[in-house]
Amino acid sequence: MNALLETRGLSRDFGGLRAVDRVDFSLMPGEIRALIGPNGAGKTTFVSLVCGRIEPSAGTIVFDGEDITALPAHRRVRLGIAYTFQITSVFSNLSVFDNVALAVQRTLADGRSQGRLRAGVIEALERVGLADRASLPAGQLAYGHQRLLEVAMGLALRPRLMVLDEPTQGLGDSEIENFIALAREIAASATVLLIEHNMDVVMQLAHRITVLEAGRVLAEGTPEAIRADEAVQRAYLGGGA
Amino acid sequence: MNGSARLWLLHAAVVALLVALNFLLPAYHHGLMARILVLATFAMGYNLTFGYGGLLSLGHAMFFAAGLYGAGLGIQHLGLGVPAAFLAGLACGAALALLAGLLALRTTGVAFMIVTLMFSQAFHLAILYFSAFTGGDQGLVLRPQQRRIETALGTLDLTDPTTRYLTALALFAVVLFAMLAIVRSGFGRVLVAIRENEERARMLGYDTFASRLAALVTSGTICAAAGAAYGLLFGYVGANFASVQYSILPLLWVLLGGAATTLGPLFGTVFMYYLIDIASGYTSAYMLAVGVILILLVLFFRKGLLGTLRERWLRWLP
Repeated sequence: MNALLETRGLSRDFGGLRAVDRVDFSLMPGEIRALIGPNGAGKTTFVSLVCGRIEPSAGTIVFDGEDITALPAHRRVRLGIAYTFQITSVFSNLSVFDNVALAVQRTLADGRSQGRLRAGVIEALERVGLADRASLPAGQLAYGHQRLLEVAMGLALRPRLMVLDEPTQGLGDSEIENFIALAREIAASATVLLIEHNMDVVMQLAHRITVLEAGRVLAEGTPEAIRADEAVQRAYLGGGA
Repeated sequence: MNGSARLWLLHAAVVALLVALNFLLPAYHHGLMARILVLATFAMGYNLTFGYGGLLSLGHAMFFAAGLYGAGLGIQHLGLGVPAAFLAGLACGAALALLAGLLALRTTGVAFMIVTLMFSQAFHLAILYFSAFTGGDQGLVLRPQQRRIETALGTLDLTDPTTRYLTALALFAVVLFAMLAIVRSGFGRVLVAIRENEERARMLGYDTFASRLAALVTSGTICAAAGAAYGLLFGYVGANFASVQYSILPLLWVLLGGAATTLGPLFGTVFMYYLIDIASGYTSAYMLAVGVILILLVLFFRKGLLGTLRERWLRWLP
């Protein structure tokens, strides 16, 4: 089976700082991959390179067999790479419905079909449990619900690769439980790349884990292998996890 | 009645009221309203980039003047008929908007204001420089016989006050309903999304540059239609319409009426025109009175007349 996403020698410098350093990474279709590492390890920079939000200094990115290194971000989204923002970034003055409609109407061949648009929006909102709040301005939602709206917008794009950047940050325990169930559901139709600090979430969800440190891949393997890895424990898990 | 039907009815009612005014207004106000309807169309075009697109342009006089001169020069030098001259004006505005947009839209914010202002100033100076064709700062006067449309049913004489008013209203109505359709369409939603959060819109797969360019070209074409109509209806093609004053006026009209509202440009233009008209009847220092009232409006109706109305009471207004 061919990798859905593959990077070779991917690097990014900010001034003198090498935030991402020659990363070779590959992700199989259907996988849930967690990307972990200490703050400043380059996780968000790495996924931003994958999504096209920033340009790499060196290296190549291949998505589903196609070299996308030079593609602008919006073209990559159209190929099926969806990104949900680390800092909640919904359109707060627009209604919840309109937020998701923006994602749905792009995937419809005929964006003017009001019936199919509405159906698509409601379906995405039902999956995250926000259907009853469709007419509220997004800015009036509680924080946890804004995170869910962010996920709904990603879902509505019908992506092949869903990049979730710290989706559980700021959520309460029960909300995290719901999120884990939701992430499993997302994984049924898309490959998931998850940046996450909450190790419980990572251990429950991830098929494999990639550990970044100082811009490099420190280790990669199954949750059990990563938990047992001494280098990882020293760098990140503080020896006790 | 669903929300969509209510909106179309509301806009149709406004147009119907304007039709009724044709029969009710005394001659002076009838003439003034014809002018206001054309300028309100200009303001609606401006509103598309400024209100919905969130781009503060200081160069829209160029698009208005492109329509004005495209039509006027077409009649004067090429002997075009009225319909062909109107289309020539539209084409000039669209082409200029495309050219200006390809360069200016590489910038945003203050830089965008400066670049559009410079484009517009260059256009104004070009009109003055090529005075052999354009009449320089004297402008061109279109003779009454150049402003007639011969049709199978008879002659449409644009110098006749009723014809003039109804023609201006027809243009206004077409653009008003087009704007209503645009802002309620998927494209309108994308424009607002880009205004609110460009990075997020891009990460939903939208080519934000292309969307903005489409908005600017549509806006420029609408402004050019207003300019062409102005020249054909009132018979004067003058360089002062290309001056910076005519870039700032639509901004004021839209701000007063309510940015990103479909009916705001009409109300803002009517309000400002009549404010000046009434104030100048009392005092020669009328601009002082106008200034004070504008400051009060900005203080207490921060989002313009309709924008404030929408915020406080009528959330369903488009």
